[in-house]
Amino acid sequence: MAETITLGKALNHGLRRALENDPKVVVMGEDVGKLGGVFRITDGLQKDFGENRVIDTPLAEAGIVGTAVGLAIRGYRPVCEIQFDGFVFPAYNQIVAQVAKMFYRSKGKVRVPIVIRIPFGGGIGAVEHHSESPEAYFAHTPGLKVVTCSNPADAYTMIQQAIASDDPVVFFEPKRRYWEKGEVDLEAPLTGAYPLHSARVARPGTDATILAYGPMVRVALDAAAAAAEDGRNLEVIDLRTLSPVDFPAIFESVKRTGRAVVVHEAPGNLGMGAELAAKITEECFYSLEAPVLRVTGYDIPYPAARSEEEYLPDLDRLLDAVDRSFGW
Amino acid sequence: MAKGKAAATRPSGGGSDAPAGGFVQLLTPDGDHVGSVTTADGTTYSVDFTDEEYRGLYRDLVTVRRLDAEATALQRQGELGLWASLLGQEAAQVGSGRALRTQDMAFPTYREHGVLYCRGIDPIMPFGLFRGVDQGGWDANEHKFNSYTIVIGSQTLHATGYAMGITMDGKTGSADGEAVIAYFGDGATSQGEVNESFVWAGVFNAPMVFFCQNNQYAISEPLERQTRIPLYRRALGYGFPGIRIDGNDVLASYAVTRAALDNARNGQGPTLIEAYTYRMGAHTSSDDPTRYRIASEVESWKAKDPISRVRAFLTKQQLADDDFFGEVDESARKLALDLRERVLAMPDPQPVTMFDHVYPNGSPEIDEQRAAFTEYHASFEGSGH
Repeated sequence: MAETITLGKALNHGLRRALENDPKVVVMGEDVGKLGGVFRITDGLQKDFGENRVIDTPLAEAGIVGTAVGLAIRGYRPVCEIQFDGFVFPAYNQIVAQVAKMFYRSKGKVRVPIVIRIPFGGGIGAVEHHSESPEAYFAHTPGLKVVTCSNPADAYTMIQQAIASDDPVVFFEPKRRYWEKGEVDLEAPLTGAYPLHSARVARPGTDATILAYGPMVRVALDAAAAAAEDGRNLEVIDLRTLSPVDFPAIFESVKRTGRAVVVHEAPGNLGMGAELAAKITEECFYSLEAPVLRVTGYDIPYPAARSEEEYLPDLDRLLDAVDRSFGW
Repeated sequence: MAKGKAAATRPSGGGSDAPAGGFVQLLTPDGDHVGSVTTADGTTYSVDFTDEEYRGLYRDLVTVRRLDAEATALQRQGELGLWASLLGQEAAQVGSGRALRTQDMAFPTYREHGVLYCRGIDPIMPFGLFRGVDQGGWDANEHKFNSYTIVIGSQTLHATGYAMGITMDGKTGSADGEAVIAYFGDGATSQGEVNESFVWAGVFNAPMVFFCQNNQYAISEPLERQTRIPLYRRALGYGFPGIRIDGNDVLASYAVTRAALDNARNGQGPTLIEAYTYRMGAHTSSDDPTRYRIASEVESWKAKDPISRVRAFLTKQQLADDDFFGEVDESARKLALDLRERVLAMPDPQPVTMFDHVYPNGSPEIDEQRAAFTEYHASFEGSGH
């Protein structure tokens, strides 16, 4: 039976179900226990599963991920919470040098099925380090899989799939969408669910392809609705998986529409959009009516909150890029 | 039994060769066996070895040094890309390695070849890494010996997490409980991750031993560049005991590590052991220690050699004779030659295998790159390339 719940609550339900289904799953991070996390994503879990399964850790991100590696070697499936995007860097060494490489280093003999949850992106009026989009650093690292959800139904399913996967997964959560509601079937079985590493057409269209993920999917859908009023039928693809990217789904769409615009909050320089543009150009060259365009954050540190609306890609900037694509 | 032959007991402090503040020493550089040592906290350390076990420790020490020398030679002959020699640290490694019980888990750096040997592992296991054939490639759980970890200090957090898992599994609190040993060096004590692992081990009462081989140098930088206080005293700030041992004394290394591991498995939490020793060789085969330390310092440590003191002890106590020493040398030589032959016989990996084992569940992009790589190389077939 489907319920209408927020994206944050959907993650909470997903974590709860993972904890119920596998005694080896442990949730660990700063303030995830008694407090239920600063965004309440782990609300109530420690009360129901105990302090050994939902662990309030010391305030040390490298420690969170580093001890998760040891727990994983021991046979556990740790789900680490990094409190904010900008706080992941103390754990960066453990993530890229250890988590990502343990399976390779051991020739496939040691698995570290760790999920690293990171609330990411801006738009919440926060201070420095609380609004960043560091996904490209991790997508660039072989050995890590990187996914992000954009709606409650995906949040519920994808977090469970990430935990069930033997691959290490960096799981980006669109923090400004935590409070958006949607229908979620809490009884739906994981088997047969939409695959974790597949993109999804969020809105079918024929005239241009908008590639978005995480918090930008909502912006892309709004832009598509506005464009429809001008007679343009935009297709919106929710990437969902950033490493590996579901390129076949993207190529199919772009070959059909002939135009692609990528949108993300992270700076454009060497971001996801750069790789998407390159790959689309290689694979869809003869189908393209215009160069692949990018609408991204600027190549500056994330600005102070009172400027962030001008920094973040929005409906107008996206439609402007669509206009430029059609004007080529 | 040699036990009764060395009945002296003395408080912690060590001999004249001890650093300020003393250390636990059960066997002096001259081969005199102190029966037991009682530290300031009232703990008494001793060993209870049979004659055969004393001889066994000597055999271990000689063997790991001989294998190490063979590896150094292999590197100089171009057969290994790199070698990190354990020369001088044999006692610290053999003592602590033999102190581990079967169920215990070790987290090494990249220099713990002696511990590896004492775990009963085929000494060839890490040679793929140093020859450039693979990145290690062994199963940590099968051998109870984690991958060599090259980033300094990172493995201490892995050890701590593993130890937390032991507690969560309910495998502490008894004599047959499990414990973890984390190896690292003096340089690593400056790493944030090592200090985080101290914090975590303390607050979670992790069943583990932090075994720091203070070999006085982090490549070129002396201990004074890492710390203002003796390393073992840092433990106090994290809320668990720290103890310094003569790292060149295999008996002290064994006795103190065994006691600390047993405390851990019994649920009494972590201990930091500082094994005060000396890196007699270079940091690795790529290093030139003559640029940063003087010959007389190295000479002074030669007098504290971890092997010669055991030989002196065995001789004085008439536990071994020249036939025994000769046989040990010969069997170590044979092991080293066998190791050499097998290293030379290691096949280079098929290049296409570099695409293997990136992800347990694979990746379509890597599959594509593997296919393209294979096709590209096939295009040269018959062209003389």
